[in-house]
Amino acid sequence: MRHIISLLLENEAGALSRVAGLFSARGYNIESLTVAPTEDGTLSRLTLVTRGSDDIVEQITKQLNKLIDVVKLMDLSSGPHIEREIMLVKIRATGAARDEVSRLSEIFRGHIVDVTAGSFIVELTGNGKKLDAFLDSLERGSIVEVVRSGVSGMARGEKSLGV
Amino acid sequence: MELTGAETFVRCLIEEGVEYVFGYPGGAVLNLYDALYQQEQIKHILARHEQGAVHAADGYARATGRPGVALVTSGPGATNAVTGIATAHMDSVPLVVFTGQVPTPLIGNDAFQEVDAVGITRPCVKHNFLVKDVANLADTIKKAFYVATTGRPGPVVVDIPKDVTAKRAEFHYPKKVHLRSYNPVTKGHPLQIKRAVELMSSAERPVIYTGGGVISGNAALQLTELTRLLGFPITNTLMGLGGYPGNDPLFLGMLGMHGTYEANLAMHNCDVLIAVGARFDDRVTGNVAKFCPKAQIIHVDVDPSSISKNVKVSVPIVGYCDQVLAEMIHLLRVQEKRTNGEALARWWAQINEWRSIDCLKFDRSASGVIKPQHVLEKLYQLTEGNAFVTSDVGQHQMWAAQFYKFDKPRRWINSGGLGTMGFGLPAAIGAQLAFPNETVVCVTGEGSIQMCIQELSTAKQYSTPIKIINLNNGYLGMVRQWQELFYGNRYSQSYLESLPDFVKLAEAYGHVGMQITKPQDVEGALREALAMKDRLVFMDFLTDKTENVYPMIPSGAGQNEMILV
Repeated sequence: MRHIISLLLENEAGALSRVAGLFSARGYNIESLTVAPTEDGTLSRLTLVTRGSDDIVEQITKQLNKLIDVVKLMDLSSGPHIEREIMLVKIRATGAARDEVSRLSEIFRGHIVDVTAGSFIVELTGNGKKLDAFLDSLERGSIVEVVRSGVSGMARGEKSLGV
Repeated sequence: MELTGAETFVRCLIEEGVEYVFGYPGGAVLNLYDALYQQEQIKHILARHEQGAVHAADGYARATGRPGVALVTSGPGATNAVTGIATAHMDSVPLVVFTGQVPTPLIGNDAFQEVDAVGITRPCVKHNFLVKDVANLADTIKKAFYVATTGRPGPVVVDIPKDVTAKRAEFHYPKKVHLRSYNPVTKGHPLQIKRAVELMSSAERPVIYTGGGVISGNAALQLTELTRLLGFPITNTLMGLGGYPGNDPLFLGMLGMHGTYEANLAMHNCDVLIAVGARFDDRVTGNVAKFCPKAQIIHVDVDPSSISKNVKVSVPIVGYCDQVLAEMIHLLRVQEKRTNGEALARWWAQINEWRSIDCLKFDRSASGVIKPQHVLEKLYQLTEGNAFVTSDVGQHQMWAAQFYKFDKPRRWINSGGLGTMGFGLPAAIGAQLAFPNETVVCVTGEGSIQMCIQELSTAKQYSTPIKIINLNNGYLGMVRQWQELFYGNRYSQSYLESLPDFVKLAEAYGHVGMQITKPQDVEGALREALAMKDRLVFMDFLTDKTENVYPMIPSGAGQNEMILV
């Protein structure tokens, strides 16, 4: 099963490599990983997406909790949550295809953030499936470049990850 | 008061009550060594290789329960220390290892003797630090000792760049540590403990299975009391020996790959398994799918990640073993009916039947050739179970575990997790320094002893009167055993040619050497060696070349699928 694990991490040199190293050393997989500082300068928030049976994910959370630099941890997928990812896509488009791209971007509530005579960059936010769907809807061969931020997320309602 | 980084380092160690630093100097740590030179409280032990220094600190820590301290230089000093650090990590031994580092402006420039020590050691430490500012040095050292010794203990590396050791800062040693991200759970959950006790009381075929956590958690007293209160059979892992008196009738011996028949069969057939400070290692479980098929499992451990890692358990209890066991004793004492007596009697009858096959038997009538088991049996008798016994890795290690009945914790010192050959001699030096008046024996083989043989020189310098028992069969015995049993007798590279003359070697280092070739000379030689209270004696026993360690659970088999003698 797919799990989204969110961590508060000491904002210190090497903290990220402890997390990444744990996954490679124990053979767990990471589908995506994103990390940035929070409103508290001493803490980073890290969100990672992993797959594994319940037993494996239980081990992953225990092993992560054991890292001295990990302050708090939450498995977002264990409850209702918001999941978001941002994507930039550079699309080659000339002639009639230009209207098509602009229309698709509107349908998916994206923004065109760069325009040249032969290309667009579309910015899109949503969960992973929505971003996948947008890519699928584009004409084959028209995608020049894709960059995705990886998943960020938050629990819905009262639940929160804080110190 | 302003102190240099080096002076701060020394002051911190004094504050921590450090008795010995095991180390080896070099360029990056010259300031630290200069500060050590100018004080008398801390004694420095100069090893002959950084691996030996860390193993010696490790042996000291295991024997005393206090953190071991090692100091090595940057680059090769740090890389040589890695084996020692990983050894301590696998066996949860509290160490603080200081590595020198090139000056901060040079970090990352491929400077002379530079390695990324924090990066290299990251997977084999409990935690590590790079100190970039002398103002943080004292605080970091305090944290290092705190992290190393609390929760599940382990090694912590502190990497100190050379310029940090020269710069000055106001000295203040914090009394307490606050780490918001590190708060080990110490007290077990009362409801879980209650559930565990209920399960124990109703058990028909219980077994207590305990590991190194009982030793490092100083819970041997509580474990002994609980076990006797219940009258349950108990078995120890390789790391757990000494956690329960080895000559007690309730003790089934060691379990696992070379454990006893009765211990492994009791495990396989039990209905309630009480695991304490053990981690269900593959050498214990054998094939996990076949492990304790009928059992409900209670697992007490200070490390939550050890619980349900390899084997799913019914009653997990996170906490310090001594506290949790004390709670259990308390609950049982007020209980009227503690155990299911009738079922327990039937269970003991069954266990005694398994016991009666005497699975550790060996050919005692053999004449002309020394049986390694015989040497260890005699050693046990002559030292009355009171020696500190360190070992290396291989057949000799298993025989020592099987034949030396450890009655007390912290007397059996071996590399169980990582299986590091070369551990025994330096670890013995650490133990002997901690207990100068006790008998310290290093049980080894002619393969292992050569991996850290240079430490004979350290032993000479510090007059540690260790008794080395070299069970010399001319083979890497455990490798040979597997090649015999599973590789069609193809003895690939397991025969050791051109062995040194160990007697002369010992003498060259300034020690006493003996070679023993006949069974009838074993006891006399041991007596003679043990009587030399102020000399290191190297006893080279030429033993049966083809002896194997039995019983044995072949890799991948279940606990009930043992090969017997």
